[in-house]
Amino acid sequence: MIEARLLTKVFHDRKRGEIKGADSISFRVEPGRIYGLLGANGAGKTTTLRMLATLLKPTAGSARVAGFDVVKDADRVRSSVGFLAASTALYARLTAREMIEYFGRLNGMHDGPVRARVEALADELDMHDFLDRRCDSLSTGMKQKTSIARTIVHDPQVLIFDEPTLGLDVMTSRSIVRFVRECRDRGKTVVYSTHVMSEAAKLCDTIGIIHGGALRAEGTLAELLASTGQADLEDCFVKIVAPEAAA
Amino acid sequence: MNGHTIRTIYAKELKDSLRDRRTLISMIVLPTILMPLLMFGLGTAASRIVSKARAASSRIMVIGGEDSPGVRGELQQVGKFKIEDATPGWKGLISDKKVRAAVEIPPGFEKALAQGSAPPVTIYDYQGELKSGIAADQLTDFFTKLRDRATARLLTEHGLPVKIAKPFDVARKNVAPPEKVGGNLLGGLIPYIIVMLCLVGATYPAIDITAGEKERGTMETLLCSPAPRSDIVLGKFLMVLTGSLSAVFFSLVSLSCTIVALGSATSRMAADGPPGLEVPSIDPMGLVGVLAMILPVAVLFSALVFSISLFAKSQKEAQSYLTPLIFVVVMPCAMAVLPGIELTLGLAFIPVANVSLVCKEMLSGIWHWGYIAVIFGSTAAYAAAALAVAVRMFGREDVLFRT
Repeated sequence: MIEARLLTKVFHDRKRGEIKGADSISFRVEPGRIYGLLGANGAGKTTTLRMLATLLKPTAGSARVAGFDVVKDADRVRSSVGFLAASTALYARLTAREMIEYFGRLNGMHDGPVRARVEALADELDMHDFLDRRCDSLSTGMKQKTSIARTIVHDPQVLIFDEPTLGLDVMTSRSIVRFVRECRDRGKTVVYSTHVMSEAAKLCDTIGIIHGGALRAEGTLAELLASTGQADLEDCFVKIVAPEAAA
Repeated sequence: MNGHTIRTIYAKELKDSLRDRRTLISMIVLPTILMPLLMFGLGTAASRIVSKARAASSRIMVIGGEDSPGVRGELQQVGKFKIEDATPGWKGLISDKKVRAAVEIPPGFEKALAQGSAPPVTIYDYQGELKSGIAADQLTDFFTKLRDRATARLLTEHGLPVKIAKPFDVARKNVAPPEKVGGNLLGGLIPYIIVMLCLVGATYPAIDITAGEKERGTMETLLCSPAPRSDIVLGKFLMVLTGSLSAVFFSLVSLSCTIVALGSATSRMAADGPPGLEVPSIDPMGLVGVLAMILPVAVLFSALVFSISLFAKSQKEAQSYLTPLIFVVVMPCAMAVLPGIELTLGLAFIPVANVSLVCKEMLSGIWHWGYIAVIFGSTAAYAAAALAVAVRMFGREDVLFRT
């Protein structure tokens, strides 16, 4: 489970002064549910997710991930989380197998279990053809499968996806979306950030619309459409973040 | 701190680096070839250039001397000289390296020489220019011999023994053992090269596993793992240190082989040369001492380049930050090469300079244990401080996520 309470992150910039990357964001995600953070570029999605993954420390507020506090128990939070983002790349000079094994070991797995887990993931994700090829020689789809295997090698309870389909072709994007659904079906707690409306509409059980670092609206797709009186998510989104443009 | 995590990170970084051609060049190839290249390659090239310059005939201009045809004739007879009369711009011709040197024979020189009191001969050359210097030396040699012959003739004419002009010879003999001679000759240069290689060996791995990882997006992937940041920084730091120490190790192995090869070559030359000629060598314990003293320097450099590279957003930015560091290191390092600089207590606290100077002494077989302890201790303290800075920097979000 994820529970964020008034999560706030302030960045200090010499030229621009204080910038609020996230402003009092609160939400809750239960196991077996996908929570979508929908927002434009620079809305605060990545900052929020990085705080949940303990990559950034909140300036104010708190969050508990899988029962652990993101500040006090950061290492245990990371043991319980799989984080996949467009910006999390693979080591080019390692093979896909070495990459997955490395992250298994960093998660405290020993040689025997980690090898068995890599074989199981290779079966599940159909990776055997390229498992021993260096990551810099893999196609985009193969890289994405390797990244997924790296994310779930330690079988985390919570999965955080930060725009995982950014820059990917349709087929690769579909495989990611399918994988995220499977995670939910296995009872994982999932947070999924995107700026692609169709993805959010198809995938997420609850959608939080984020803009200017703040959560502006939250609900199921039907609730959001009903509250704004719009027929599709894109119009609904525009009405919430820029009512003057929607008018 | 978890030993398993640190070992896992170090093993991965080592494997990753050994697959990178650029890291291999800076860690192994460059340190291995640099010493023989400097000692054999440059030495051979320099000796060939000098031999060629000596063997080639020198274009010489003669100023005056029209009333000294005998001297001019003798000069013409010397096969190494191509004698020409001076033209108005002869100084410019020497500066432009078109003429190697000029000699001014004063009026009435030959006549005065016959009487035993000739005015001075002046030789003009281009100071510091190799070929001009050789020609000037050859001219000096010619006129010295001419003077000696004139002296001998005058003494004979007056019924005096020739020996009277040179009643005794002066001899110089080396009393320093071969390792001290070698240490003095090479002791300044070797620490300079090793300290620089220690820095170069650390630089590329440091850039690759810090700024390079940030640029490629793998740093964020790694930070998502439960590995504590202190373990990540130590695992990565050990890789940078490995790069630095590998460069030192391979350069010392290469240096030892070069010295052995150079020693046997010079022994053969000494056997054919004058009796009593010593073959310079290096104290083998000195090389062990250099390796020991360089350890804290490697830690210091590794931590410094790690911190600086970590701060950079990209590899290019890291390289531009690290370039000034090379100049900062070169200056104290070059102190050991300067003649006449001796180790003092004050200098023993100046990082890099202290190690360069003490290594020079150790390679000469001189062991000042008090200074060695002070230098090892102070450098280890600087290294610990630099490592603490690196660990601290790795905990800063504004450094890790600097965009």
